[in-house]
Amino acid sequence: MTTASPASAPARAQRPGRRPAGAPEPVQLSHLLFAAPALLFFTVFALLPLIGVVVLSFTTWNGIGTIEFTGLTSWKEALTRSSTWHGLWLVMLMIAATWLLQTPLSILLGTFLAGAQRYRNVLAILYFLPLLLSSAAIAITFKSLLDPNFGLASGLNIAWLAQNWLGDARLVWVVLLFIIAWQFIPFHTLIYQGAVRQIPASMYEAAQIDGASRARRFLSITLPQLKFTMITSSTLMVVGALTYFDIIFVLTQGGPGVATRILPLDMYLTGFRGNEMGVASCLAVMLVVIGLGLALGVQSLGGKDASASQMEGA
Amino acid sequence: MKRNWIGGTFGWLWLLVVLLPIYFVGITAFKSISTYFGSNPVLPSLPVAVENFTAVLEADFGMYLLNSVLVALGTVVPLVLMAFMASYAIVRGARRVFAPVRSIFLLGLAIPVQATIVPIYLLIIQMRMYDSLAALMLPGIAFGLPLSILIIANSLRDVPNELFEAMSIDGCTEWQKMWRLALPMTQPALVTVAVYQALMSWNGFLFPLILTQSPDKRTLPLALWSFQGEYATNVPVVMAAVVLSSIPILVLYAFGRRYLVSGMTAGAGK
Repeated sequence: MTTASPASAPARAQRPGRRPAGAPEPVQLSHLLFAAPALLFFTVFALLPLIGVVVLSFTTWNGIGTIEFTGLTSWKEALTRSSTWHGLWLVMLMIAATWLLQTPLSILLGTFLAGAQRYRNVLAILYFLPLLLSSAAIAITFKSLLDPNFGLASGLNIAWLAQNWLGDARLVWVVLLFIIAWQFIPFHTLIYQGAVRQIPASMYEAAQIDGASRARRFLSITLPQLKFTMITSSTLMVVGALTYFDIIFVLTQGGPGVATRILPLDMYLTGFRGNEMGVASCLAVMLVVIGLGLALGVQSLGGKDASASQMEGA
Repeated sequence: MKRNWIGGTFGWLWLLVVLLPIYFVGITAFKSISTYFGSNPVLPSLPVAVENFTAVLEADFGMYLLNSVLVALGTVVPLVLMAFMASYAIVRGARRVFAPVRSIFLLGLAIPVQATIVPIYLLIIQMRMYDSLAALMLPGIAFGLPLSILIIANSLRDVPNELFEAMSIDGCTEWQKMWRLALPMTQPALVTVAVYQALMSWNGFLFPLILTQSPDKRTLPLALWSFQGEYATNVPVVMAAVVLSSIPILVLYAFGRRYLVSGMTAGAGK
């Protein structure tokens, strides 16, 4: 950029402003002023808190009094608590189970919705509905729906549906995974629908002439073509699962006992209920690090090209 | 061509799964408390009871609705303005300064918002804004910027350079080019950002939870949550509250579906 060869000079002279070749593009004051408000807001309320959480992890603070720098005290506390490791284990479980449940279903539904039939567009409109509702509304709805006496179980008269869904440490996970799938599969379905529609029809036509079955075409054309979409969807899914908060907060508050006290919830409860902001900050730093690690890990599964093409359009 | 039985079965089954809870909310909201305990939960019952909705409206629902509207407007309007101006600078400005600026905002896409709640709480306390509606707007704007700038900058990049050059020849300033050319040309992207961020703000739970405490500062999701505690035994009233709090978003979806869908998939759709 700075060492332009003479050969490129004519091309450069064509540009507005007619700068001499090799001179750096002038920075206009107006552009700096345009970007300033957004940069200021972003720095103060996003970047500063991100740095702040690291700083606060080396302090002890009860949320009201003075903040004291206490070195590694909060870290030692956070890392020796069984609740931290429990929360970490649960969040890993959440990530794995969410992915295993949602990815195959989203791909199947997305491929189905990508069909040209008009009724599938109507289905797509209806599928979207859960994305519009707040997590609080969804949690409250399912709570009533799962009531053994006045919910689905008695309405449909199916005995096995009448269980203590939210009071059993195992069943509550079935419920949680189902509700989260209900809430987020529509989103991933939408992504896959768009991606399947971009696969050239000629590939399918060629396969059909060769006599490939529908299953065969799905496995040999659709799935490989969805590789990059799978990486994007999985990144969002995995990082999203790391930070589920409101749905669990409203539905179970981490219970029964600590059965659903996943790390983000543990962080909130430690900080804002237990008044240990220092320890909560340590947990938050762990969340950031795990999130970045997972995102980079999933991205690297697709090779370098994937992340390069991801950033290209931005 | 043979029919796709597997896909079809899954597709219609999923529709049932999606609609059943929504249907349940709808019919339960119109049941009186006695019919709720007496009737089949999955069947609608007559006469239709509107008393639940009256009860919700009497329980300060109007105030929570107003709070949610104010927070959404106070977040979306400055957010779209700032994101638009920053996008203009990023796309039209000198690369050596604004390429790093772009990278900083892109980095923001990777920050898990949950992880920043302790410092944000501290910041809002220090600014003496705890327990105010403005406290909810500030982090909402900041964390909305990265995706908004991504969407608007992508759209702005498609505006032909010749149009900007023509305006330069006419002696227009950057300010004039931004409002007279860039603004109309990126309008769909701006609507997409506005609609999507309005939804995010409307359904936001975490910031209202940590940054407010007075009942008169509650937004709808938080109000729903406390409603559920107060009316634990009166499910129809709670369901009526769910219905009322979702109506504005359903209206938004009815008129701006295209924008909502593209806003949702913008971060992923490439």
